[in-house]
Amino acid sequence: MFSIKNREQIDTIIIGTLSWLVTLLIFFPILWMFLTSFKTEIDAFATPPSLFFTPTLENYALINERSDYFHFAWNSVVTAVGSTIIGMMIAVPAAYSMAFYESKRTKSTLLWMLSTKMLPPVGVLVPIYLLFKDFGLLDTKTGLTIIFTLINLPIMVWMAYTYFKEIPKEILEAGRMDGANVFQEIFKILLPMSKGGLAATVLLSLIFSWNEAFWSLNLTAFNAAPLSALVASYSSPEGLFWAKLSAVSTLACAPILIFGWLCQKQLVRGLSFGAVK
Amino acid sequence: MASIKTKQRAPLFLVSPSVLLLLLWMIIPLSMTIYFSTIRYNLLYPDDNGFIGLENFAFFIDDPGFFPGMLNTGLLVGSTLLITTVLGVLISVLVNRPFWGRSIVRIMLISPFFIMPTVNALVWKNLLLHPVSGVFAAVWTFFGAEPIDWLTQYPLLSIIMIVSWQWLPFAILILMTALQSLDQEQQEAARLDGASSFAIFRYLTLPHLSRPIAVVIMIETIFLLSIFAEIFTTTGGGPGYETTNLAYLIYTQALLQFDVGLASAGGLIAVLLANVAAFFLVRIVGKNMTDA
Repeated sequence: MFSIKNREQIDTIIIGTLSWLVTLLIFFPILWMFLTSFKTEIDAFATPPSLFFTPTLENYALINERSDYFHFAWNSVVTAVGSTIIGMMIAVPAAYSMAFYESKRTKSTLLWMLSTKMLPPVGVLVPIYLLFKDFGLLDTKTGLTIIFTLINLPIMVWMAYTYFKEIPKEILEAGRMDGANVFQEIFKILLPMSKGGLAATVLLSLIFSWNEAFWSLNLTAFNAAPLSALVASYSSPEGLFWAKLSAVSTLACAPILIFGWLCQKQLVRGLSFGAVK
Repeated sequence: MASIKTKQRAPLFLVSPSVLLLLLWMIIPLSMTIYFSTIRYNLLYPDDNGFIGLENFAFFIDDPGFFPGMLNTGLLVGSTLLITTVLGVLISVLVNRPFWGRSIVRIMLISPFFIMPTVNALVWKNLLLHPVSGVFAAVWTFFGAEPIDWLTQYPLLSIIMIVSWQWLPFAILILMTALQSLDQEQQEAARLDGASSFAIFRYLTLPHLSRPIAVVIMIETIFLLSIFAEIFTTTGGGPGYETTNLAYLIYTQALLQFDVGLASAGGLIAVLLANVAAFFLVRIVGKNMTDA
């Protein structure tokens, strides 16, 4: 008895230590970016890299001066939030009708929606670029918001669909008996019951829009450029700028990282299109 | 009766906005791409727009970047899939048993997935892989080795590392969650019957993970086929064509050389490739997913 217990304890210690080692290794780049953002440029470029340094906030103070940070942050917020709101308004009704009025075509419609995600963006880059040029949407927040809505729509429909599927049909039917119409059904019964799932859908859409880079880089220049494009503009080094790069990166990632931490459990289902619960 | 009829019709107008939008999103640009691919269309010579049939496709395939582009796309997708699924399975099994600080470990493990690709690429390029001030260089020097200029000497391998770091957490997140529904009693019974840890992993854990692994492979493939930002911000496709994948090649032709016709032909080839990959993946995985 004792020996088994001891063995298990030793196993736990070994597994725990190993897990922590692997985890620290994987997390290291983020930690390093965070630490570097508090270094002076001299410390940031030191060889070997300095582990002990006097932290400074000057990089954060300088970011706005160098690159108009809030302009880009605002663009990120507007496009991510805007596309998420519009996307939800379109996706929720669709998911509702597919979950509760299932027909023969429902499954193929869902799979088809997923397949639009498989269309590589480069395949339609040229036409979209030209269309945007003709409609005056290049480098506008409106244009970017439209694109984000479209690329996230399939995921939002899928995710909302899998959450709605879990609500018993009988509850909606009971509401209908009491004289609720479609909109009352959605707003009074469905939405309150699937709050958690829909919140996860919203967060996933925010994360994807916030981090999106392909369309942001190709369709914006300055006026509508979001944070991912701002960070990319740091790709050609200008002297000592490691610490500033780290600071801008930390600021660009922090909100989404925290979102991600808060809702990691709910995200799994959306990320796997409902296949893993 | 009448009221029932209106209620049955309601879903159609609810579902049609998303279907219609996605249909437009797919059909308009795609048909434009098909049209552009058959004409001579360079933005530098806007008046010369004759029909040239399949010439653009021939030019695209003859392009010195085409073969490397295809090869690099394959290598990038293949290696990243291999690295992320193998490490993903191992790590998620490792952290599946309770130990001190497991919930913090979970959160830290999945973090890289939330970092935007452009940040990811620049942090790796400047803070980790940099031959002078990078952390890797410091580790190499510490062990008495000559620091490596990763992005110059092993450009594609560097990109694979960067992309794998971003997608490994995705695999871990999915597999970790899937492992929680694994039958613990069954495992315990197998252990009491004298099954080795390896046998339990091979005959109980791995079969249980087969579907989540398929999901990981499918979703990663969708995203990995069109990796762009990581290349754009680190190597710019170089040196030469060493890190140019299909997506990046088309980008250079369209927006840097202004050859819309050629880029459209390339875009269609990329669409075709993705569809070949997606066809098999959807057949295998998609069916499982809607049955869930």
